[in-house]
Amino acid sequence: MASTYDTVADIIADTCDIPRDDITPESHVIDDLGIDSLDFLDVVFAVDKAFGIKVPHEQWTEDVNQGNATAEDYFVMKNLCARVDELVQAKNA
Amino acid sequence: MQLEYFQMIDRVVEMDLDRRTIRIEAIVPEKSTVFEGHFPGHPLLPGTLMIEAMAQSLGFLTLNVLEWARVPLLTGVTKAKIRRFIEPETTLLIDATLLQDGQGYAVGEAEISHNGKRVANASLSYVVTPFPSEVMKSALLEVKERILNA
Repeated sequence: MASTYDTVADIIADTCDIPRDDITPESHVIDDLGIDSLDFLDVVFAVDKAFGIKVPHEQWTEDVNQGNATAEDYFVMKNLCARVDELVQAKNA
Repeated sequence: MQLEYFQMIDRVVEMDLDRRTIRIEAIVPEKSTVFEGHFPGHPLLPGTLMIEAMAQSLGFLTLNVLEWARVPLLTGVTKAKIRRFIEPETTLLIDATLLQDGQGYAVGEAEISHNGKRVANASLSYVVTPFPSEVMKSALLEVKERILNA
């Protein structure tokens, strides 16, 4: 079974036409991979579908804008995958 | 349809918010300035306007699923095919299904048919945002009244 990281990285590579090898756990999806807001919506759609969750990305953006979190907390690959894992665990709880 | 005003959908035939489906009727007008250019002597409904008609149908369904709290704006068209040419005075049926809505987006499929034959189909995606303007919301609510009561 593919890891969360592999699944999310595959989705980003496929959705955003980014070479899979360019994506690392340390990649910032916006600053490093250049994903814009519309592409990120497509990523969210695919992640929601793959994991059966609803990624609260608007809430994340609000958290960052209000200074309650850093962009890295949500948009660096390893952290993004950790958030996805949390959402999956919450769904299954 | 009033092509010049991008009023592409005329009447809601059926809408099932539980199943997230809608069927819309749209009648291609006899005359339109669009046909003066597309094409002289051979008027055809532009394929891009078929896409718009499907987008408006699924968009209207999404507005109702969201209880008019937010508005879907088209951001993506994939797997689109224009399968038949459509002339003026043709009655079209547009069937749309909302497949998934998450935070800030909606995704679905739509298909246009005429006399039981598929005319066009596409997968459509939207960003879903607060209404950017009260004028826009009022105008869309007028559309709602028009096509629900037609």
